Amino acid sequence: MPEVDLSVTLAGVRLKNPIVPVSGTFGFGEEYGQFFDLSRLGGFCVKGLTLHPRNGNPPPRIAETPMGMLNSVGLQNPGVDAFLEKEWPRLRALDTVVIANISGNTPAEYGQMCEKLSEAGVPLIEVNVSCPNVKAGGLAYGTRPELCAEVTREAKAHAGRTPVMVKLSPNVTDITEIAKAAADAGADALSLINTLRGMRIDLETRRPILRMNTGGLSGPAVLPVALRMVWEVHSAVDLPILGMGGVASARDAVEMLLAGATAVGMGSAIFADPMAPVKAVEGLENWCESHGIAAVRELTGGARPW
Amino acid sequence: MPVRQSCKLVSKVPVGPNTWQFVLEAGEMVGRTFRGPGQFVHIACGHSRLLRRPISVCACQADVPEDLLSVVFEVRGEGTAWLARREVGDSLDVLGLLGNGFQMERGGRYLLAGGGIGVPPLYGCAQFCDGRAVAVLGFRSAQRAILLEPFGKICEGAYLYTDDGSLGKQGYVADGVRAVLDKDKNFTAILACGPKPMLRGVAEAAREYGVPCQVSMEERMACGVGACLGCAIPMADGTMRHVCKDGPVFDAQEVDWNA
Repeated sequence: MPEVDLSVTLAGVRLKNPIVPVSGTFGFGEEYGQFFDLSRLGGFCVKGLTLHPRNGNPPPRIAETPMGMLNSVGLQNPGVDAFLEKEWPRLRALDTVVIANISGNTPAEYGQMCEKLSEAGVPLIEVNVSCPNVKAGGLAYGTRPELCAEVTREAKAHAGRTPVMVKLSPNVTDITEIAKAAADAGADALSLINTLRGMRIDLETRRPILRMNTGGLSGPAVLPVALRMVWEVHSAVDLPILGMGGVASARDAVEMLLAGATAVGMGSAIFADPMAPVKAVEGLENWCESHGIAAVRELTGGARPW
Repeated sequence: MPVRQSCKLVSKVPVGPNTWQFVLEAGEMVGRTFRGPGQFVHIACGHSRLLRRPISVCACQADVPEDLLSVVFEVRGEGTAWLARREVGDSLDVLGLLGNGFQMERGGRYLLAGGGIGVPPLYGCAQFCDGRAVAVLGFRSAQRAILLEPFGKICEGAYLYTDDGSLGKQGYVADGVRAVLDKDKNFTAILACGPKPMLRGVAEAAREYGVPCQVSMEERMACGVGACLGCAIPMADGTMRHVCKDGPVFDAQEVDWNA
């Protein structure tokens, strides 16, 4: 049997395989680069960037949940300029697709960041309209179709030839409405899902464990929600999807592809097993081989609903 | 560069109420990643829990056929309860050694200040300076006191405090640190590990007496390697630093004690 073709095309960008560690779980790549060669990955999304440096939220920022976790990091990052100066020269030399993730307080800020990143030669920009942990912008842009469209248009207008992928929030009544708004505004791809808003409370102190009271839920617990939403969006919008949310193994990744994803994000599973993304790439290849799949892209949207 | 290692549990001893000392065979982890006493390991606590548990190393040594490391932990929640149910011969999924330990000079003399479950990591410090150390150890009560004998054996002196006076003197670790420094300030540094209020008290005492002080901090943690920015603590200069990658040991003067 010939080798399985693992490559996929996301927003016109070729990834050597569909596995992509997601923003906020992978720093700027350096830490997990100690465990494996980053060129094994299809790509990865860097920690969310903002126009100006951000300190993030006060601790505690982490709470464990059944098969998952809450976080309220709050977009701590050095700012887009420091990223381009200090991190990008190292990242651009990697043989993998490095995706810049951005969040703005205003549509104009998204535009400014897109301009800088596009000029620097970043291959793909992920526009975060769905961070649950910041007060301004963030989640609001991702929960109202007209605001999501406005941000998408502004990003596209300033991104030059660099494709723009819009990251959607699951904290909405109908995710397809937001997806359609982003698509109509010119998005080249969609990524979903961001974290689900959640909360935990310490019984003794009666205080929420997170200092911000609430945070974003991720981990294996959210996989079924993510699959459902990817499936809905894939059915509603003709754009490639980076599907993420609770994926921890190659089998989870196959499910995500069948639900309609073109590429598959992995996040908090990496905290449990630093090698999880590499194992997923290998497992995906084996799974395709044993199931007579010549190219992994054949799986996208292959679920057969009743 | 941290190592992920399947470690065999070779010894399991109760050292206090709900408190266990594990000795693990750790492959070449110690030889490859040891930077100083006070580093930690990140231990997976069963398949049904996503996050590993960070636990400071008590003592470790490069050894043949495998490096050995010991940890002392208290059962605090479901993860550590799972860990406490492991038996000798079981294997644990361990990431380590992580973080930067205490910065210690060969030939230095140290004042070790430990509170509760913060006491064990200081044992590695006492070993590192060949016992050229004075220990001030504090516990809530006599029943909770741990590792008194090993510290008593290895250190020049060990002073004991309990919150309720049921063992040693009644008082806090910071009181003990002041009592020692009143008579003897000839220490390279104070090395402290314990709950945050205790560390704050020790840091204050260190500042009053003009002795350098390093503190080992705790925060809820996810990745353990500096990627997720979960375990942030605010610094006096207004920046955030991370227990897993920048710490767990910090210069006491750099920490924002009012945060």
